Amino acid sequence: MSFVMADNGDDDNQYRIKEGDYVVLKRGEIFKAVQIQPRKKVIFEKQWIFLDNAVGQLYSTTFEILSGGNLKPHELKDTASPLDAVEAGTDNRNIVDDGKSQKLTRDDIEALKEKGLKGQDIIKKLVDNHATFGDKTEYSQVKYIKKKKKKYENTVMILKPSCRILAMMYHGREPGKICHLRYDTLAQMLTLANIHAGSKVLVFETCAGLVLGSIMERMGGYGSVIQMYPGGGPVRAGVENFGFPAHFHDTLHEFPICHVNALLAGTLDTSAKDPTAENTHEKQLNLAAEKKQNQPEAEEQGTPEEESMVTNTGDDAGQDVEKTEKDKLKEAKAQVKKLRLEEKQRKLAATAALLKGRNADGLVISSRFHPCPVLLGLLKFLSPSRPFVVYSQYIEPLIECFKKLKECGGTVNLRLTDTWLRHYQVLPDRTHPLLLMSGGGGYLLSGTTVATDHSKPAGSKQAEEPAPKRQKLEDTEG
Amino acid sequence: MSFVEYSDFIQDGDVAIIYLSHNNVMPVKVQQGAQTQTRYGVIRHSTDLIGQRYGSKVTCSKGWFHVLHPTPELWTVALPHRTQILYTTDIAFITMMLELKPGSIVCESGTGSGSLSHAILRTIAPTGHLHTVEFHQQRAEKVAEEFKEHRVDHLVTVRNQDVCKDGFGVTGVADAVFLDIPRPWDAVGHAKVAMKKHGGRLCSFSPCIEQVQKTCEALQDQGFEDISTTEVLLREYDVRTVSLPLPDFGPDPETTEEATPAAPPNHASISLKTTTLPREMPGHTGYLTFATKPRT
Repeated sequence: MSFVMADNGDDDNQYRIKEGDYVVLKRGEIFKAVQIQPRKKVIFEKQWIFLDNAVGQLYSTTFEILSGGNLKPHELKDTASPLDAVEAGTDNRNIVDDGKSQKLTRDDIEALKEKGLKGQDIIKKLVDNHATFGDKTEYSQVKYIKKKKKKYENTVMILKPSCRILAMMYHGREPGKICHLRYDTLAQMLTLANIHAGSKVLVFETCAGLVLGSIMERMGGYGSVIQMYPGGGPVRAGVENFGFPAHFHDTLHEFPICHVNALLAGTLDTSAKDPTAENTHEKQLNLAAEKKQNQPEAEEQGTPEEESMVTNTGDDAGQDVEKTEKDKLKEAKAQVKKLRLEEKQRKLAATAALLKGRNADGLVISSRFHPCPVLLGLLKFLSPSRPFVVYSQYIEPLIECFKKLKECGGTVNLRLTDTWLRHYQVLPDRTHPLLLMSGGGGYLLSGTTVATDHSKPAGSKQAEEPAPKRQKLEDTEG
Repeated sequence: MSFVEYSDFIQDGDVAIIYLSHNNVMPVKVQQGAQTQTRYGVIRHSTDLIGQRYGSKVTCSKGWFHVLHPTPELWTVALPHRTQILYTTDIAFITMMLELKPGSIVCESGTGSGSLSHAILRTIAPTGHLHTVEFHQQRAEKVAEEFKEHRVDHLVTVRNQDVCKDGFGVTGVADAVFLDIPRPWDAVGHAKVAMKKHGGRLCSFSPCIEQVQKTCEALQDQGFEDISTTEVLLREYDVRTVSLPLPDFGPDPETTEEATPAAPPNHASISLKTTTLPREMPGHTGYLTFATKPRT
């Protein structure tokens, strides 16, 4: 069934779809990120699909969706284009739009679809049954066919994920999840923050992990990325969609912002019991575990792990020694949780060590939180002469940030910007910008840190430009 | 110091960026014993720069400024122009749309003043490579010199030839190709040859729509897919506090003595933090056409 290709063995391997891969389905301008799992039904553009047949095929292959949902590599047939040997008119002065030009009814078309007719053939039938097709101009005919192709062609392409594709996908499908960050704005952020292999980057985002993943892609597994997160745990579902190799995750760290002040003050105790175990279920198990530990020593023998937090008082020597299976299971679970917490503690300590030096190389903020306090809090972790970028869906919070930074000093080259994006249709004699364009893609505040000047008081009038150019103290300009 | 790796202290031989003010940025080749003139006075490299931290403030006789670690973005606004260059807005979009990342192999022509080249090198380091072609001999030599000074020469090969006639000098290796030349349609075939068999991404930058049309046609003929043309523009906001005076309609007959403590007569204006846009802004740099080379 598959067509013959130049066989390159190993070389091709990295370009072949494997089970478990994270991929992106594409049809036209519609994208969807999914994972290839055996016998799993995936819905895409109102159709159910099974991706099993994609395994072993090359990425960027176009597949036909057969009735039943299975995939088959799409073969480009050399069929005559529906436009061959069709005459065309010169303009539309005699074409009346009475809705009666197409002889096939909706039911007719459904019947054709059910018969299993391919998209190409349905379109040919539509053209053949169109009363005034021959009166349309050539351009109009091409446009008609393009439109029908979009509607009736039953294909899907499977792509390898990339920042470009995922950013376009999120912006098209679920902009709310990414604070309406348009993909060109994301592109600006990655460049303005000088994201590159080997640096140490701080990220604070609530964009489903898209920003984090994009940064990781540009770091290529070198250096480190520290995700500062609010609340109980870092949200990074979007990072999975990138399908990074396992070792990339070794460069990813996280740190809860509720500990930032303690870390800055030098009072963060990373050896104590993890206070961020906000998971109450975990807490309950811990309590249950500790309770168990207070029972007679005999009960301890079932558990192999040594625990620093365990206090075996042996107070209740008089209690019943008999342990039920349920108790043993509970204990085992509790031990696993304890180990997990210890590991979390270790990681926390390691990340704190990375941050303590206050020598990060870049800062990227992109969230629904008010950016001002986030920025002011996290800037302290950067070395001097390093870039930072803050994204906000709205401009006002960035105006505040700008003003605050000017007051505090310690930054130069502050810029508040947005980008304007416009697509074009390029066809001979039919070139023009597209009719619709994106209204807005959010705003960016960028700048560079400098050594803080302790000799001068904050807010000194020699703000940034010591030259005759005066600070704007008056109101409107002339 | 290098353009692909940060360092903390300024050393002899570094290229540092002097940040004088918002639109006044200049590069400086740091040398023991050397001096550089600025509007604020003389910089004495040995005492003012060497051994100082990047990001430090340097004080001169007539003022002060900061010295920054070079980045491709700072280089773009500081570099000596030999040709019209690409600015960060376009560069950032190109970088993402070509899917550049560490390890990417990229072909570029024309090199010009090296603005985009530096940004590419930063992104593809440490394992990628840039093959850049420039048909003007002096420009090719100058940019090669700069790559060396900026400690990125191990990541790039400069070829002095005509890409439309002789191609990029490599076959089947590129993940991405970038064209910024007068007749990109003449180079599309060569781009295809330079790209990996498995496929890759291409971008062509042209100021004129006629060039775009010819290029799209050539891309189509050569079997490229996903051909799309876009333009991206930057708007920069000027943040300022403005004071808007309030009108005086005379004493309000309906209010009593107690009711108006909030607006004493001499505060007849409201102050607000807002932004204004410049009188003029860059309205066009060039059209960016992207395409995907399928597996061949």
